[in-house]
Amino acid sequence: MSHAATTHHTSMGLDSRKMAFWAFIGSECLLFGTLISTYLIYQGRSVSGPTPGEILNIPVTSISTFDLLMSSLWMVLALAAVQRGDMKWAKVWLLGVAIGGAIFLGFQVYEFTSFVHEGLTLKTNLFGATFFVLTGTHGAHVTVGVLWMLTLWYRAMRGKLGPQHAVTVEIAGLYWHFVDVVWIAIFTLVYLLHK
Amino acid sequence: MPPFRRHYTSFAALSLGLLAACGGPFPQSTLAPVSDFGHDIDRLFTGIFWWAVAVFVVVEGLLLFSVFRFRHREGAPSPKQHEGHTALEITWTLAPALILVFIAVPTVRTIFKTAGDAPAGALRVEVIGHQWWWEYRYPDLGIVTANELHLPVGRPVAVDITSVDVVHSWWTPRLGGKRDAIPNRHTKLAFAPDSVGMFTGQCVEYCGASHANMRLRTFVESDSAFQAWVAAQRATPSAPAKGSVEETGRQAFQRYGCIACHTVAGFATGIIGPNLTHVGSRTTIAGGTIMNTEQHLHDWIADPPAMKPGSMMPNMHASPPDVTALVAYLQSLK
Amino acid sequence: MSEAKGLKSWLTTTDHKRIGLLYFWTAFVFFLIGGVEALMIRAQLARPDSQLVGAETYNQLFTMHGTTMVFLALMPLGAAFFNFIVPLQIGARDVVFPRLNAFSYWVFLLGGLFMNASWFLPGHPAPDGGWFGYATLTERQFSPGPNIDFWLLGLQILGIASLAAGFNFIVTILNLRAPGMKMMRLPVFSWMTLVTSFLIITAFPVITVALVFLMFDRVFGTHFYLPAAGGDPVLWQHLFWVFGHPEVYILILPAMGVVSEVLPTFSRKPLFGYTVVVYSGVLIGFMGWGVWSHHMFSVGLGPIADSVFALTTMLIAIPTGVKIFNWLATLWGGQIRLTTAMCFALGFIALFTIGGLSGITHASPPADLQQTDTYYVVAHFHYVLFGGTIMGLFAGMYYWWPKMTGRLLSEPLGILHFWLTFIGMNLTFFPMHLIGLLGMPRRIYTYSTDLGLDRMNLWSSIGAFTIGLGMVVFVYNMWRTRRHGAVAGPNPWGGATLEWATSSPPPVHNFDVIPTVTSRMPLWDAQPPAKAPAEPVHVPPGSWWPLVAAAGLPVMALAPLTHTVWIVFVGAAILLYGIYRWAYEPFEV
Repeated sequence: MSHAATTHHTSMGLDSRKMAFWAFIGSECLLFGTLISTYLIYQGRSVSGPTPGEILNIPVTSISTFDLLMSSLWMVLALAAVQRGDMKWAKVWLLGVAIGGAIFLGFQVYEFTSFVHEGLTLKTNLFGATFFVLTGTHGAHVTVGVLWMLTLWYRAMRGKLGPQHAVTVEIAGLYWHFVDVVWIAIFTLVYLLHK
Repeated sequence: MPPFRRHYTSFAALSLGLLAACGGPFPQSTLAPVSDFGHDIDRLFTGIFWWAVAVFVVVEGLLLFSVFRFRHREGAPSPKQHEGHTALEITWTLAPALILVFIAVPTVRTIFKTAGDAPAGALRVEVIGHQWWWEYRYPDLGIVTANELHLPVGRPVAVDITSVDVVHSWWTPRLGGKRDAIPNRHTKLAFAPDSVGMFTGQCVEYCGASHANMRLRTFVESDSAFQAWVAAQRATPSAPAKGSVEETGRQAFQRYGCIACHTVAGFATGIIGPNLTHVGSRTTIAGGTIMNTEQHLHDWIADPPAMKPGSMMPNMHASPPDVTALVAYLQSLK
Repeated sequence: MSEAKGLKSWLTTTDHKRIGLLYFWTAFVFFLIGGVEALMIRAQLARPDSQLVGAETYNQLFTMHGTTMVFLALMPLGAAFFNFIVPLQIGARDVVFPRLNAFSYWVFLLGGLFMNASWFLPGHPAPDGGWFGYATLTERQFSPGPNIDFWLLGLQILGIASLAAGFNFIVTILNLRAPGMKMMRLPVFSWMTLVTSFLIITAFPVITVALVFLMFDRVFGTHFYLPAAGGDPVLWQHLFWVFGHPEVYILILPAMGVVSEVLPTFSRKPLFGYTVVVYSGVLIGFMGWGVWSHHMFSVGLGPIADSVFALTTMLIAIPTGVKIFNWLATLWGGQIRLTTAMCFALGFIALFTIGGLSGITHASPPADLQQTDTYYVVAHFHYVLFGGTIMGLFAGMYYWWPKMTGRLLSEPLGILHFWLTFIGMNLTFFPMHLIGLLGMPRRIYTYSTDLGLDRMNLWSSIGAFTIGLGMVVFVYNMWRTRRHGAVAGPNPWGGATLEWATSSPPPVHNFDVIPTVTSRMPLWDAQPPAKAPAEPVHVPPGSWWPLVAAAGLPVMALAPLTHTVWIVFVGAAILLYGIYRWAYEPFEV
């Protein structure tokens, strides 16, 4: 990792990589904000096809939401383990986060395929278009997160991850928690508060 | 209202003289309005313009003065290192703010005055933008036509604007501001023309290959002339005489499939292209771009895309005698 | 400057100075290309009913002229100076993430090449929907060819370059300042770079989403902007302009930063009201988010929306006007030296003022209904973007050329370039105010002689070629100075800020000793010279991975263009592999 970003003195006293990542999260807020705004603007304006009320399965999605929230807990535990040098548990928790994320993605795949079978695709109506692009973008972010966690787990397995890398794990955690928070917003606005 | 009553304060009065040296006349000038809407805008613009001139003179004057007065001279002492002056800075923050108030208040007033709500009894016109021509409907008069609008002078008009394909924008500069034509939306304009004449305009939102060739003409005429036009538009054209070249043309009109796209009352019901029931009485063809003469009609029918890039009207490869007959038929549709 | 020579050293460079030069040359070439496109436009419009250039080609020319100038010329020319100058101004050895910096450049280059590749395919299907790409014209049914696909894919690639650079410069400016360089001692150019970077990282996600929606409409059959299924073409306009308005501040703030550096140097006085100039820049950045629908006054949003946006637009004129007065006060009482850089900076003030004033007339919706979409608005934005941004960038070029290359550009040729540009610019664009008010719309490939505008259009075209002549002079100046330019010392202009405290060009490590700063104008306040260090300064190596990762993006973009899905995975694999190797290669700054 770049040296200037770590051990050199920084004018604001904050690790540069962390600062950059917070800026990135700010930018991502605009990205998801635009997607969510479009979803909300187009709510109720589909001309035909399935509506959210008809097709969303809140009980099942609650399970995947819970799974994602749990994975954030495991992320916290992973970071704590790395920080205290307990690489055995760090590997467990990091793999756990990756698996938790993969389970969430599994639920998404199940949901998407069942929607398609029930007649909701990207092309069907505005609900289909906005729903799939919004949740698909989120899912793509989860996928990147899963790959990231697997990479960290793999490095830990090779003995190349240790407490001196805690900041990079913290940043991975920031990303994961952000993706989780975005899901909370989507779950609330799209699923729980559907028209 | 005498058309030039407001012009003594108008930028138009000053500039038209100057502009005459640069060209002219200027049939699409926004500076010579002929409607209440146009005058309201012109008045507002004139006010803002003079404020802008005042600021221009002050700022550019100070700039030029500073550059000359404070030019580097050999041996001159080092300049005083001023870093700021609070009172000055407050002044030049508040002064522009104050000027903006003088611009904002008439602006908001004019926005609401010209929001497009016509008084009761206004003549209703529907404008529908197509690539690349204008469809006009008078719903209360039962008239459908294209590209050339006729209006009675002095009477308020309520214009409802939409599009069937892409975003266009309807604009006759002398009659006032423009309004976009957006598919699935209805926008509106309201104005009352105050002068008789023919006023040209064009589409003013990029809409594809022949955006430049999507023009329009508005004929503001006396009430009697307008009523005569209305009567002519509502009349169904009689069938051409048997054996005449017009009748040959009408048969060709059917044979070449023109009826699939065009309406001629009592004969054809196509709605993709302009209504041609009274095309013979129009001054222009092809989206208001080409003068409606025998030769031009001939060239147009022979190869529309050559005259109008991207034209939806294809080259039907009509034989020259057929083209001649078609021209005769269309010119008979007065 | 780094001593490593050869192609490999340039392909793998992570040195902000080299990356700055790469940005400069690439952007300048695109600037000339955009200029040629403009000359072809003006050649076609020199006469009414001209057949010089056909309708379709003309529509491509104005689309590519706008897109090229905004995204491939003006923004990257700003980035060239962010790159070369900002680390020097803040007293740092490089940016925080040198490889991310290189990545930004390569993505920019590849994105620009991708979009312009369309010119070379059979039938030259270059983008033709306007730089603003309004739906529904850009939808597949009205634009069936690949033209719009090149446009939206190219812009998405370029967006990533800008975002990466935005993150890099925010952290660099906030975190790598020399000891004593408090935020309110930062040079104004670096401040404007900071504000611009925040605008980039917040505005570009919006256009990215807008473009993704359009891409999905065109490739996957969604109806985001298609009314038949309830979509709204006006949504595109809102999303585009929510991005588009901050974008114009992204374009002008760096140039305002340059002017704020050049004026004090050549007036021998500090910038008047530094604090206010900085705060007004920050304020403009925030307020720029609240004005976007002033681009939509003819859409019929209703009197309340129109009034609100009219008022917010007028309000933003206040901090803008304040800056102009502060600049004038900087000149007042000074000892003004009319070097070429200073002439361009003064030209900026003169011309940007005109553009700002025509902007005020646009801020009034009823008046704007006669101006919008005509040549009047073309005049407005060319006064602010050419008379403003480009004049400011040329001021920067003449000012910082000696620092970047070690040689001075010829002043006599520079003055000639200035006058040709200034006169040419006014000759080209001033008549357009009238041409617009006299009823000529924008974006039309020809016009009727009936409009009475033949002569004015001809003058405008002559002006454009005058500008072109000025550019020829400038290119000759650049070429000539390589061998015959006077050698520049560290501080040929007597500037006050830290970039002048090192040699021209700087050594690869920028400063032998990172200076400690005690004022806003370190070199004018006669700081004691730093002593040479005992130990040598470590310089990071180059890296291939930014270039490799960058290459993944245009490969991914080929997928929608060729309608083959698997290509996107190949491109993503390249990108991810490049990132992985980048993350884990040993790299010490």
